[in-house]
Amino acid sequence: MKTLNYRVVLFVFALIFGIVFSIPSLTQSDEGKKITLGLDLQGGLHMLLGIKSEVAIESRIKSMAATVKYLFDDEEIIFDDLRMTKDNKITFELLDKDDVLKATTLLKKEIEGTTLVQDGLKFSLAMKAVEVLRTKQNAIKQAVDTIRNRLNEFGLAEPTVAKQGEDKILVEVPGIKTQADEQRIRELIARAAHLQLMAVDEDRIARVDTMSENEARSFGDVIYTDVNDPRKYLLKAIPVLDGSMLTDAKVGFDQNNQPVINFTLNGQGAKIFGDFTGKYVGKRMAVVLDNKVYSAPNINERIGGGRVQISGRFELSEAHDLAIALRSGALLAPVYVMEKRSVGPSLGADSIRSSSIALVLGFVLVILFMFIYYGIAGAIANVALIGNLFLILAIMSLFGATLTLPGMAGIVLTVGMAVDANVIINERIRELLHAGKSVVKSIEDGYSNAFTAIWDANVTTLIAATVLYAYGTGAIKGFALTMSIGILASMLTAIVGTHGIYQWLLPKIDKKKLNFWFGIKAEGAK
Amino acid sequence: MELFTYKKPLELMRKSKRFGIISLSILILSLGLIFTKGFNYGIDFAGGTLIQVKYEGKAPIDKVRESISTDKAYEGASVTFFGGDDEIVIKTKMSSKKLGEDVSDKVRTLLKNTGTFEVRRVDMVGAKVGSELREQGIMSMILAILGILLYVSFRFEWRFAVASVLALVHDVTIAMGMIVLFGIEVNLDILAALLTILGYSLNDTIIVFDRIREGINTIKDPHLGKIIDESVTRTLSRTTLTSLTTFFVVLTLFVFGGEIIHGFSFTLLVGVIVGTYSSIFVASPILLWLGFSVSDYRLKEAEKAKREKEKEKMRAMYENGTI
Repeated sequence: MKTLNYRVVLFVFALIFGIVFSIPSLTQSDEGKKITLGLDLQGGLHMLLGIKSEVAIESRIKSMAATVKYLFDDEEIIFDDLRMTKDNKITFELLDKDDVLKATTLLKKEIEGTTLVQDGLKFSLAMKAVEVLRTKQNAIKQAVDTIRNRLNEFGLAEPTVAKQGEDKILVEVPGIKTQADEQRIRELIARAAHLQLMAVDEDRIARVDTMSENEARSFGDVIYTDVNDPRKYLLKAIPVLDGSMLTDAKVGFDQNNQPVINFTLNGQGAKIFGDFTGKYVGKRMAVVLDNKVYSAPNINERIGGGRVQISGRFELSEAHDLAIALRSGALLAPVYVMEKRSVGPSLGADSIRSSSIALVLGFVLVILFMFIYYGIAGAIANVALIGNLFLILAIMSLFGATLTLPGMAGIVLTVGMAVDANVIINERIRELLHAGKSVVKSIEDGYSNAFTAIWDANVTTLIAATVLYAYGTGAIKGFALTMSIGILASMLTAIVGTHGIYQWLLPKIDKKKLNFWFGIKAEGAK
Repeated sequence: MELFTYKKPLELMRKSKRFGIISLSILILSLGLIFTKGFNYGIDFAGGTLIQVKYEGKAPIDKVRESISTDKAYEGASVTFFGGDDEIVIKTKMSSKKLGEDVSDKVRTLLKNTGTFEVRRVDMVGAKVGSELREQGIMSMILAILGILLYVSFRFEWRFAVASVLALVHDVTIAMGMIVLFGIEVNLDILAALLTILGYSLNDTIIVFDRIREGINTIKDPHLGKIIDESVTRTLSRTTLTSLTTFFVVLTLFVFGGEIIHGFSFTLLVGVIVGTYSSIFVASPILLWLGFSVSDYRLKEAEKAKREKEKEKMRAMYENGTI
């Protein structure tokens, strides 16, 4: 008598596998791989950010202009009228014909990816199209890295920062407790942290209150306001240096015990800074962060060593966040929110509770129904259903998949649909029993008759689920995922598993008790 | 227990016209609703901001409305209870691009004096993302239907594929009509529900069609109507039972699943009912109307079998070395 068969062995293995690997998720232990709860269940912030990559081009031009100025000054090439145009070009005029060759070779060597157009002694420098594209792509990549660094430094658990599509950035931060915390994190991400050290235009600053932006531009200047009050400053538009030459930024305290940020420049930055302060003794230099003037101290003497301080009447937490932003570098281009979803932890807990209740209740209803309607055959289907649930959990745990609220709904729905296979099979078996076939034949033919229907039905549902997964975003993907895993797992549990159990129980099946075994009052079973 | 015992086929096809008229009128009504009243797009597709606020005790909804209306920017914002009476949802068409200060931060300040509350959820979708999501949604529907059409044509025959897709369109359209009728807000979860209906209703139809395919090969009567009647009757118990179990779980989801997935489970509830109805009364008659011919199909199958046999024979001869 054959009692054990490969199907039942396979099913038992699947069941053990399912139970073992779903334990870490069910007990939420620290060991082993487990299912991550989606942001909608554990609470957190989900954002899709866009990026203004054209700003990256502008600032690239700006830093090029700063380089041109520094190079010419350094090589003692006399020039005039260096400015940035609105269509992102740099124009300047050389005063000495003999400098032309020296200047052009110097620019070609030091500034890559540009085309230099000469018109007499007038020059214009523009970025090549390839370079523009590269700068834009670089801006996105850099924004992803920078935001990730900032969130990591902030000490948040497992933030996700990833590029999505061509020009979007996905940010997911779990475990945010309050709205105020969330706002602080958003500010940290958004902070351009664009640091510039700029010379004050001492010749014209007296007139700044009556000057328009256009007029300022005609002098090669720019107007920025103070961070704390409406005071205006007239500054040379081309910065002395910017945050790209910064190596470290730390929170410190000044003599009045006010928080300040101390930052250190790299070698090149320190040299430029030293040269500049040496030349501009007696004049003012502004520390500008994100286009606001934080301070504009007088230069008393040449400052070497490349150490600079920003003081701006900060709150301590603000200084702390700002230092993080400065350390992780400036965003080459500002980001903006395209989509934001934030869920508080208490709502997530509520969602888990209510969907668990729905899952358990739905499950109990289905199990009761199957048992009452089909007798032992129903009980066998129920064993398969339980196996199916464990398998779904185990597979999701192994892949470290994310369980979302729609994902929970997907599991609930799978419970309803997974028994379908067994309903089809049981109906087929009953049909054959009614037709007077033997129990063995009814079971074997029942399975083979039912197979094509179950197969075709499952494949079509899988097609729909796959499309949903491919086109869905965020939480919806979770729904498609649990449903797909559920369908695949049900093929193993509901078809192979139950078949194995029947074969295993076969010697015990009493053909006089068909009502007990299959829930039917069959008349002529042989 | 047995609710359905097969005695003789129900005469469904004779009454197919009646069901056709019923379906068609519901379909037209649904389309009418969709095109006149239109969908109530939620922020996922229309863009805007949704803020869910839970109060300690009963939410002072009038006070909230008053506080919010002090800011001109919130004109046209809606404030409604959500689930119980301690929770409210504020919706506005506005969205803000700024990371530093968004709509929810402002609302938090505006509500300062309305009591102790906790902001539990803020969803903000920019208009551009909204329209992208909508395009993606429509695209996914079309792709899913195309994929199904291909698969069913491959496994059955093109008329089966067309019939099943028409039944699908029937189900999804009616479900959409109900969504419009009950003013359910259309967000991404509703799209997921509609796609699930697509899969579910197809599931049902395929199982009936599988039986018809089997019937064509085993039932002697060459009349498709008779074959359909018998096949549908034989699968009736399965169709009803599965629908019942699915209906149970979707119902528990609807009742206990919480306010957030209410629209989702409602749509599924409609889908289960319509899907069951259509797989019994709609899909098979379409097959009949499309002019599926049993004898042609049998001829083709026989030819196919003959070709297979010949191939086998050739192979056997080849292997035996006769060729």
